[in-house]
Amino acid sequence: MEGFLPGPWWQIWFAVSFLFIAYGMYRLQNLTAEDRQALPLLAVAGAFIFVLSSLKLPSVTGSSSHPTGTGLAGVLFGPAITSLLALIVLLYQAIFLAHGGLTTLGANVFSMGIAGPFAAWLVYRAGSRIGLNVVATMFAAATLADLTTYLVTSLQLALAFPAAAGGVPASFLAFGAIFALTQVPIAIMEGAVTALIFKYIVTMRGDILVRLRVIPQATMQRLQKVMQ
Amino acid sequence: MKYATEILVGAVLLASLAALAVVMSGGEHSWEGSDTQGAGAVQEITGGYEPWARPVWTPPSGEIETLLFTLPAAGGALVIGYFFGYYARGRQRP
Repeated sequence: MEGFLPGPWWQIWFAVSFLFIAYGMYRLQNLTAEDRQALPLLAVAGAFIFVLSSLKLPSVTGSSSHPTGTGLAGVLFGPAITSLLALIVLLYQAIFLAHGGLTTLGANVFSMGIAGPFAAWLVYRAGSRIGLNVVATMFAAATLADLTTYLVTSLQLALAFPAAAGGVPASFLAFGAIFALTQVPIAIMEGAVTALIFKYIVTMRGDILVRLRVIPQATMQRLQKVMQ
Repeated sequence: MKYATEILVGAVLLASLAALAVVMSGGEHSWEGSDTQGAGAVQEITGGYEPWARPVWTPPSGEIETLLFTLPAAGGALVIGYFFGYYARGRQRP
Protein backbone atom coordinates (compact mmCIF):
# COMPACT_ATOMS: atom_id res chain seq x y z
CA MET A 1 0.00 0.00 0.00
CA GLU A 2 2.63 2.47 -1.18
CA GLY A 3 1.88 6.08 -0.24
CA PHE A 4 -1.13 5.12 1.85
CA LEU A 5 0.22 6.33 5.20
CA PRO A 6 0.27 10.13 5.46
CA GLY A 7 2.62 12.06 7.73
CA PRO A 8 3.31 12.02 10.61
CA TRP A 9 2.36 8.33 10.74
CA TRP A 10 4.85 6.91 8.29
CA GLN A 11 7.70 8.75 10.02
CA ILE A 12 6.51 7.58 13.47
CA TRP A 13 6.49 3.92 12.41
CA PHE A 14 9.89 4.29 10.77
CA ALA A 15 11.29 5.69 14.01
CA VAL A 16 9.76 2.95 16.19
CA SER A 17 10.88 0.17 13.84
CA PHE A 18 14.37 1.64 13.57
CA LEU A 19 14.88 1.20 17.33
CA PHE A 20 13.91 -2.48 17.15
CA ILE A 21 16.06 -3.05 14.04
CA ALA A 22 19.06 -1.52 15.78
CA TYR A 23 18.50 -3.69 18.87
CA GLY A 24 18.01 -6.70 16.56
CA MET A 25 21.41 -6.07 14.97
CA TYR A 26 23.00 -6.02 18.44
CA ARG A 27 21.22 -9.28 19.37
CA LEU A 28 22.25 -10.88 16.08
CA GLN A 29 25.87 -9.93 16.67
CA ASN A 30 25.76 -11.64 20.07
CA LEU A 31 24.08 -14.71 18.62
CA THR A 32 26.65 -15.13 15.84
CA ALA A 33 29.46 -14.75 18.37
CA GLU A 34 27.97 -17.18 20.89
CA ASP A 35 26.38 -20.00 18.96
CA ARG A 36 27.51 -20.71 15.39
CA GLN A 37 25.36 -23.83 15.32
CA ALA A 38 22.21 -21.74 15.64
CA LEU A 39 22.95 -19.97 12.35
CA PRO A 40 21.51 -22.66 10.03
CA LEU A 41 18.35 -22.43 12.16
CA LEU A 42 18.30 -18.67 11.59
CA ALA A 43 18.53 -19.31 7.85
CA VAL A 44 15.63 -21.78 8.10
CA ALA A 45 13.51 -19.28 10.07
CA GLY A 46 14.26 -16.52 7.54
CA ALA A 47 13.56 -18.81 4.57
CA PHE A 48 10.29 -19.83 6.22
CA ILE A 49 9.19 -16.16 6.26
CA PHE A 50 10.14 -15.85 2.58
CA VAL A 51 8.12 -18.94 1.67
CA LEU A 52 4.97 -18.21 3.68
CA SER A 53 4.78 -14.51 2.88
CA SER A 54 4.97 -15.35 -0.85
CA LEU A 55 1.88 -17.53 -0.71
CA LYS A 56 -1.23 -15.55 -1.52
CA LEU A 57 -4.06 -17.64 -0.17
CA PRO A 58 -7.81 -17.33 -0.63
CA SER A 59 -9.87 -17.07 2.54
CA VAL A 60 -13.43 -18.17 3.29
CA THR A 61 -14.37 -14.47 3.39
CA GLY A 62 -14.08 -14.40 -0.43
CA SER A 63 -10.92 -12.31 -0.37
CA SER A 64 -7.23 -13.20 -0.34
CA SER A 65 -4.21 -12.44 1.79
CA HIS A 66 -0.92 -14.03 2.70
CA PRO A 67 0.50 -15.54 5.89
CA THR A 68 3.50 -13.92 7.56
CA GLY A 69 5.69 -16.84 8.65
CA THR A 70 7.19 -14.76 11.46
CA GLY A 71 5.88 -16.85 14.38
CA LEU A 72 8.69 -19.43 14.10
CA ALA A 73 11.51 -16.88 14.12
CA GLY A 74 9.76 -14.93 16.88
CA VAL A 75 9.74 -17.94 19.19
CA LEU A 76 13.25 -19.19 18.27
CA PHE A 77 15.15 -15.89 18.21
CA GLY A 78 12.84 -13.25 19.71
CA PRO A 79 11.12 -10.29 18.06
CA ALA A 80 14.24 -8.11 17.68
CA ILE A 81 16.16 -10.52 15.43
CA THR A 82 12.91 -11.39 13.62
CA SER A 83 12.41 -7.72 12.73
CA LEU A 84 15.64 -7.92 10.69
CA LEU A 85 14.42 -11.00 8.81
CA ALA A 86 11.06 -9.33 8.13
CA LEU A 87 12.84 -6.19 6.90
CA ILE A 88 14.66 -8.21 4.21
CA VAL A 89 11.43 -9.88 3.03
CA LEU A 90 9.45 -6.61 3.06
CA LEU A 91 12.20 -4.81 1.11
CA TYR A 92 12.13 -7.52 -1.55
CA GLN A 93 8.34 -7.31 -1.85
CA ALA A 94 8.32 -3.49 -1.93
CA ILE A 95 11.02 -3.24 -4.63
CA PHE A 96 10.23 -6.18 -6.90
CA LEU A 97 6.52 -6.75 -6.40
CA ALA A 98 5.08 -3.27 -5.76
CA HIS A 99 3.69 -4.94 -2.65
CA GLY A 100 3.69 -3.41 0.83
CA GLY A 101 5.62 -0.29 -0.10
CA LEU A 102 8.77 1.64 0.81
CA THR A 103 7.01 4.62 2.41
CA THR A 104 4.99 2.17 4.52
CA LEU A 105 8.04 0.00 5.26
CA GLY A 106 8.36 1.26 8.84
CA ALA A 107 4.71 0.48 9.59
CA ASN A 108 4.97 -2.94 7.93
CA VAL A 109 8.17 -3.87 9.78
CA PHE A 110 6.38 -2.98 13.00
CA SER A 111 3.24 -5.03 12.32
CA MET A 112 4.84 -8.07 10.66
CA GLY A 113 8.37 -8.03 12.10
CA ILE A 114 7.81 -6.79 15.65
CA ALA A 115 4.18 -6.96 16.87
CA GLY A 116 3.42 -10.41 15.39
CA PRO A 117 6.67 -12.08 16.52
CA PHE A 118 6.31 -10.45 19.95
CA ALA A 119 2.83 -11.97 20.29
CA ALA A 120 4.28 -15.37 19.26
CA TRP A 121 7.12 -15.06 21.74
CA LEU A 122 4.74 -14.06 24.55
CA VAL A 123 2.22 -16.83 23.85
CA TYR A 124 4.97 -19.44 23.55
CA ARG A 125 6.69 -18.38 26.78
CA ALA A 126 3.36 -18.39 28.64
CA GLY A 127 2.36 -21.81 27.29
CA SER A 128 5.80 -23.23 27.98
CA ARG A 129 5.78 -21.91 31.55
CA ILE A 130 2.53 -23.70 32.41
CA GLY A 131 3.88 -26.86 30.80
CA LEU A 132 1.74 -27.16 27.66
CA ASN A 133 2.90 -29.37 24.78
CA VAL A 134 5.57 -27.38 22.91
CA VAL A 135 4.28 -28.20 19.42
CA ALA A 136 0.68 -27.26 20.33
CA THR A 137 1.96 -24.06 21.92
CA MET A 138 3.85 -23.23 18.73
CA PHE A 139 0.60 -23.67 16.78
CA ALA A 140 -1.13 -21.12 19.05
CA ALA A 141 1.88 -18.78 18.95
CA ALA A 142 2.16 -18.74 15.13
CA THR A 143 -1.61 -18.39 14.62
CA LEU A 144 -1.79 -15.44 17.01
CA ALA A 145 1.34 -13.86 15.50
CA ASP A 146 -0.35 -13.84 12.10
CA LEU A 147 -3.60 -12.39 13.50
CA THR A 148 -1.77 -9.81 15.60
CA THR A 149 0.12 -8.60 12.53
CA TYR A 150 -3.09 -7.80 10.69
CA LEU A 151 -4.84 -6.38 13.78
CA VAL A 152 -1.90 -3.99 14.15
CA THR A 153 -2.11 -3.12 10.43
CA SER A 154 -5.79 -2.30 10.99
CA LEU A 155 -4.90 -0.16 14.00
CA GLN A 156 -2.16 1.65 12.08
CA LEU A 157 -4.61 2.52 9.31
CA ALA A 158 -7.33 3.48 11.81
CA LEU A 159 -4.94 5.88 13.58
CA ALA A 160 -4.06 7.51 10.27
CA PHE A 161 -7.64 7.55 8.98
CA PRO A 162 -10.13 8.07 11.82
CA ALA A 163 -13.74 7.93 10.60
CA ALA A 164 -15.71 11.17 10.53
CA ALA A 165 -18.33 9.47 12.69
CA GLY A 166 -16.89 7.29 15.44
CA GLY A 167 -13.23 8.24 15.02
CA VAL A 168 -10.39 5.73 15.44
CA PRO A 169 -12.51 2.89 16.97
CA ALA A 170 -14.98 2.95 14.07
CA SER A 171 -12.14 2.92 11.55
CA PHE A 172 -10.43 0.09 13.42
CA LEU A 173 -13.59 -2.00 13.14
CA ALA A 174 -13.85 -1.21 9.41
CA PHE A 175 -10.22 -2.10 8.67
CA GLY A 176 -10.31 -5.06 11.06
CA ALA A 177 -13.34 -6.44 9.25
CA ILE A 178 -11.24 -6.51 6.08
CA PHE A 179 -7.74 -7.44 7.25
CA ALA A 180 -8.23 -9.47 10.42
CA LEU A 181 -11.33 -11.35 9.28
CA THR A 182 -9.75 -12.45 5.98
CA GLN A 183 -6.76 -13.55 8.03
CA VAL A 184 -8.48 -15.90 10.51
CA PRO A 185 -8.48 -19.10 8.37
CA ILE A 186 -5.08 -18.22 6.87
CA ALA A 187 -3.65 -17.75 10.38
CA ILE A 188 -4.90 -21.19 11.43
CA MET A 189 -3.24 -22.79 8.39
CA GLU A 190 -0.04 -20.89 9.14
CA GLY A 191 -0.13 -22.10 12.74
CA ALA A 192 -0.51 -25.72 11.62
CA VAL A 193 2.37 -25.59 9.13
CA THR A 194 4.62 -23.78 11.63
CA ALA A 195 3.86 -26.39 14.30
CA LEU A 196 4.89 -29.16 11.89
CA ILE A 197 8.19 -27.50 10.98
CA PHE A 198 8.84 -26.89 14.69
CA LYS A 199 8.22 -30.56 15.49
CA TYR A 200 10.96 -31.54 13.03
CA ILE A 201 13.37 -29.01 14.52
CA VAL A 202 12.63 -30.35 18.02
CA THR A 203 13.21 -33.91 16.82
CA MET A 204 16.43 -33.20 14.92
CA ARG A 205 18.17 -30.41 16.82
CA GLY A 206 16.56 -30.16 20.23
CA ASP A 207 20.01 -29.35 21.63
CA ILE A 208 20.05 -25.99 19.81
CA LEU A 209 16.55 -25.19 21.12
CA VAL A 210 17.77 -25.89 24.66
CA ARG A 211 20.73 -23.51 24.15
CA LEU A 212 18.42 -20.84 22.70
CA ARG A 213 16.29 -21.33 25.86
CA VAL A 214 13.24 -22.22 23.76
CA ILE A 215 12.81 -25.57 25.52
CA PRO A 216 14.07 -26.25 29.08
CA GLN A 217 16.64 -29.04 29.44
CA ALA A 218 14.33 -31.21 31.57
CA THR A 219 11.44 -30.95 29.09
CA MET A 220 13.79 -31.81 26.22
CA GLN A 221 15.00 -35.00 27.92
CA ARG A 222 11.41 -36.07 28.51
CA LEU A 223 10.49 -35.29 24.86
CA GLN A 224 13.43 -37.26 23.50
CA LYS A 225 12.38 -40.29 25.52
CA VAL A 226 8.85 -40.06 24.10
CA MET A 227 10.06 -39.65 20.53
CA GLN A 228 12.53 -42.53 20.53
CA MET B 1 1.30 -41.52 18.70
CA LYS B 2 4.26 -40.85 16.44
CA TYR B 3 2.43 -39.07 13.61
CA ALA B 4 -0.22 -37.22 15.65
CA THR B 5 1.11 -33.80 14.56
CA GLU B 6 1.18 -34.80 10.88
CA ILE B 7 -2.39 -36.13 11.03
CA LEU B 8 -3.70 -33.03 12.82
CA VAL B 9 -1.95 -30.64 10.42
CA GLY B 10 -3.27 -32.62 7.45
CA ALA B 11 -6.77 -32.44 8.92
CA VAL B 12 -6.55 -28.65 9.39
CA LEU B 13 -5.36 -28.16 5.80
CA LEU B 14 -8.03 -30.49 4.40
CA ALA B 15 -10.76 -28.75 6.42
CA SER B 16 -9.52 -25.39 5.09
CA LEU B 17 -9.67 -26.69 1.52
CA ALA B 18 -13.19 -28.08 2.07
CA ALA B 19 -14.38 -24.76 3.57
CA LEU B 20 -12.95 -22.90 0.55
CA ALA B 21 -14.62 -25.30 -1.87
CA VAL B 22 -17.98 -24.65 -0.16
CA VAL B 23 -17.53 -20.86 -0.39
CA MET B 24 -16.37 -21.07 -4.02
CA SER B 25 -19.40 -23.10 -5.06
CA GLY B 26 -21.85 -20.67 -3.42
CA GLY B 27 -22.10 -17.22 -4.99
CA GLU B 28 -19.70 -14.77 -6.59
CA HIS B 29 -16.62 -13.53 -4.76
CA SER B 30 -13.86 -11.26 -5.99
CA TRP B 31 -11.00 -13.07 -4.13
CA GLU B 32 -9.12 -9.78 -4.35
CA GLY B 33 -6.30 -9.02 -1.91
CA SER B 34 -7.26 -7.69 1.51
CA ASP B 35 -4.80 -4.83 0.92
CA THR B 36 -6.77 -3.80 -2.19
CA GLN B 37 -9.96 -3.85 -0.11
CA GLY B 38 -8.19 -1.94 2.65
CA ALA B 39 -7.17 0.76 0.15
CA GLY B 40 -10.85 0.89 -0.88
CA ALA B 41 -11.85 1.42 2.75
CA VAL B 42 -9.38 4.32 3.00
CA GLN B 43 -11.10 5.92 -0.02
CA GLU B 44 -14.49 5.44 1.65
CA ILE B 45 -13.46 6.88 5.01
CA THR B 46 -11.61 9.89 3.59
CA GLY B 47 -13.94 10.46 0.65
CA GLY B 48 -11.08 10.23 -1.86
CA TYR B 49 -7.45 9.78 -0.77
CA GLU B 50 -4.58 10.37 -3.16
CA PRO B 51 -1.57 8.17 -2.26
CA TRP B 52 1.42 10.48 -2.00
CA ALA B 53 3.89 7.94 -3.40
CA ARG B 54 3.85 5.35 -6.18
CA PRO B 55 5.69 1.99 -6.20
CA VAL B 56 9.25 2.46 -7.49
CA TRP B 57 8.75 -0.38 -9.95
CA THR B 58 5.78 -2.53 -10.89
CA PRO B 59 6.14 -5.95 -12.52
CA PRO B 60 5.30 -5.41 -16.23
CA SER B 61 2.80 -8.29 -16.32
CA GLY B 62 0.91 -10.72 -14.13
CA GLU B 63 3.19 -13.53 -15.33
CA ILE B 64 6.33 -11.70 -14.27
CA GLU B 65 4.73 -10.84 -10.94
CA THR B 66 3.95 -14.53 -10.41
CA LEU B 67 7.58 -15.38 -11.20
CA LEU B 68 8.84 -12.85 -8.67
CA PHE B 69 6.48 -14.21 -6.03
CA THR B 70 7.48 -17.80 -6.78
CA LEU B 71 11.26 -17.23 -6.72
CA PRO B 72 11.58 -16.47 -2.98
CA ALA B 73 9.14 -19.27 -2.17
CA ALA B 74 11.18 -21.79 -4.18
CA GLY B 75 14.48 -20.44 -2.86
CA GLY B 76 13.21 -20.48 0.71
CA ALA B 77 11.97 -24.04 0.38
CA LEU B 78 15.41 -25.01 -0.96
CA VAL B 79 17.15 -23.46 2.03
CA ILE B 80 14.81 -25.21 4.50
CA GLY B 81 15.26 -28.54 2.72
CA TYR B 82 19.05 -28.17 2.58
CA PHE B 83 19.45 -27.48 6.29
CA PHE B 84 16.92 -30.14 7.30
CA GLY B 85 18.96 -32.61 5.28
CA TYR B 86 22.13 -31.35 6.96
CA TYR B 87 20.53 -31.76 10.40
CA ALA B 88 19.14 -35.21 9.64
CA ARG B 89 22.53 -36.45 8.42
CA GLY B 90 24.26 -35.11 11.51
CA ARG B 91 21.79 -37.00 13.68
CA GLN B 92 22.51 -40.36 12.08
CA ARG B 93 26.22 -40.25 12.82
CA PRO B 94 27.24 -42.08 16.00
